[in-house]
Amino acid sequence: MRERVLPVLVVVLAIVTLWYVACLPMNIREVLTEAERAGAVVTPSTAIERRDAGAIGLVLSNTDHLAQSWSQERAKLPAPHQVAIEIWDSTIGEEVYGRRGIVQSGSFSNRSLVYHTGITLWATVLGFVIGTGLGVLLAVGIVHSRTMDTSVMPWAIVSQTIPIVALAPMIIVVLYSVGVQGMFPKAVISAYLSFFPVVVGMVKGLRSPDAMQLDLLRTYSASPTEALFKLRLPASVPYLFASLKIGIAASLVGAIVGELPVQKGGLGARMLAGSYYGQTSQIWAALFAAATLAAVLVFAISAMERRTLRRMGVAG
Amino acid sequence: MISLSLALVVWAAGWALNARLANGPLSNTRLGRIAVPAIFGLTVLVMWELIVRGLNVPQVILPAPSAIGSAFGANLTVLWADFVQTILKGGLSGYVMGCGAALCIAVLVDRFDFLRRGLLPVGSFMAALPIVGTAPILVMWYGFGWQSKAAVVVLMVFFPMLVNTVAGLRDTSAMQRDLMRTYGAGYWQTLWKLRLPAALPFIFNGLKISTTLALIGAIVAEFFGSPTVGLGFRISTSVGQLALDVVWAAILVAALAGSAFYGVVTLAERGLTFWHPSQRAQ
Repeated sequence: MRERVLPVLVVVLAIVTLWYVACLPMNIREVLTEAERAGAVVTPSTAIERRDAGAIGLVLSNTDHLAQSWSQERAKLPAPHQVAIEIWDSTIGEEVYGRRGIVQSGSFSNRSLVYHTGITLWATVLGFVIGTGLGVLLAVGIVHSRTMDTSVMPWAIVSQTIPIVALAPMIIVVLYSVGVQGMFPKAVISAYLSFFPVVVGMVKGLRSPDAMQLDLLRTYSASPTEALFKLRLPASVPYLFASLKIGIAASLVGAIVGELPVQKGGLGARMLAGSYYGQTSQIWAALFAAATLAAVLVFAISAMERRTLRRMGVAG
Repeated sequence: MISLSLALVVWAAGWALNARLANGPLSNTRLGRIAVPAIFGLTVLVMWELIVRGLNVPQVILPAPSAIGSAFGANLTVLWADFVQTILKGGLSGYVMGCGAALCIAVLVDRFDFLRRGLLPVGSFMAALPIVGTAPILVMWYGFGWQSKAAVVVLMVFFPMLVNTVAGLRDTSAMQRDLMRTYGAGYWQTLWKLRLPAALPFIFNGLKISTTLALIGAIVAEFFGSPTVGLGFRISTSVGQLALDVVWAAILVAALAGSAFYGVVTLAERGLTFWHPSQRAQ
């Protein structure tokens, strides 16, 4: 345990340290402007001279004012603790102590990350379920019909090389114009993104039983349906989980991108709002929420995978 | 009504033709493997055209393929400028920088076991994250030009590439490494002559995954701010103008660029890893 945890901790610590150091040159110009306005002496005394000077040189010649780099209100790069405070404020702070929070008003505040994460989560999960379901169905079709295999499969592979998210704004607007709005259009994008990894993985999985096993079923005079349920589907489970993990991450990206064109809540909307109004710590907080969500979703599927495979006796 | 029933007839005819081709003697030839998907694609296109015309689907919901084709032809110069801005400047430069950096770091990570045990879990965690989310931040830092798009692409391709390359560098057997030692080869010689070539299939796997990610990153980053050129810009503004034929034309450009990019990497893979079983089988 210690052998595995220690290196990771060191790397994470190094990243955080690097982050704090990077705050210095990133924020130095705003810091110096503020200090100058407050009446302090800064080394190149005019803003024009500072504009032409390099950021690292400015840091080295103004060591007195560096502490402010980590407490800027709208920093170009907010320090880790500022992001942590923003995350706390927009989750626990907003929900427990805020007037609109769940404790005082009975529903999640629309200013809190919990609310926005929830919106993104449901769109992701709905899209993921739709995409996975359709993907498995198509894979079963492909395995059983040679016509379908040779006509559809090459397109499924080609479509992997296409940046499908480019479709997102259009899907949102088109569905909106036919009267569908809310969670469903985002789920369509999520479904679309998780669909192809599942198809490709499942086809591989359904084909994984070897000729000997299929022959055995033939000697039992099993029908194709029986072969599907008793041999092919169980054999495909490990492949299914591998593509589910890719699929859920893709679904989350789809949901976030789908939230960009319509400002109706969700982590993507939160990021875009933050970038419009220069609220950098809000973007970072939303980013961390998205990262946590992704980690939780992938972890949930891995846990499900471990339990299922152990039940099936595939993995010890 | 006529075009609707015609669409059904076309579908049935295309499917019947494909069923005969796929189950007939031609199916295992090169011609059959290309013809069947081509016929399927053509059938879908013709049906799309007929259904859109038959049901009078408004242009703002789904334009017909012919309308998309003419929009593509009419906007050729604009779309070419978008292609250069998004794919060549944003996508490709970020791809080269990100994959190059990941390769170098991978060699370092492989050299020092402590780094491997520390960076690899962090790297595979990062590879699963929605890194497109960093786009607004990077656009804020590097401005609206192609530089910010390249930065997003660098971040997106870095971790998948790192994880794949490190896995590849560990793919030599003790026997092979011992053989190098009996030749008196040093670390760098072993790396250059044995381990990097052995890692190539993994490296190409990472490179292939990264092609799609690079295009996604370059296009999505443009949704957060761009100059008045670029595929992402074209898509988001044309959606706003309800000029959906132009949107589809831009998506066509992205699709063609994506497939071509992937194709080039696959060709390079075939040329460099001709010795690998997966390539010899073909």
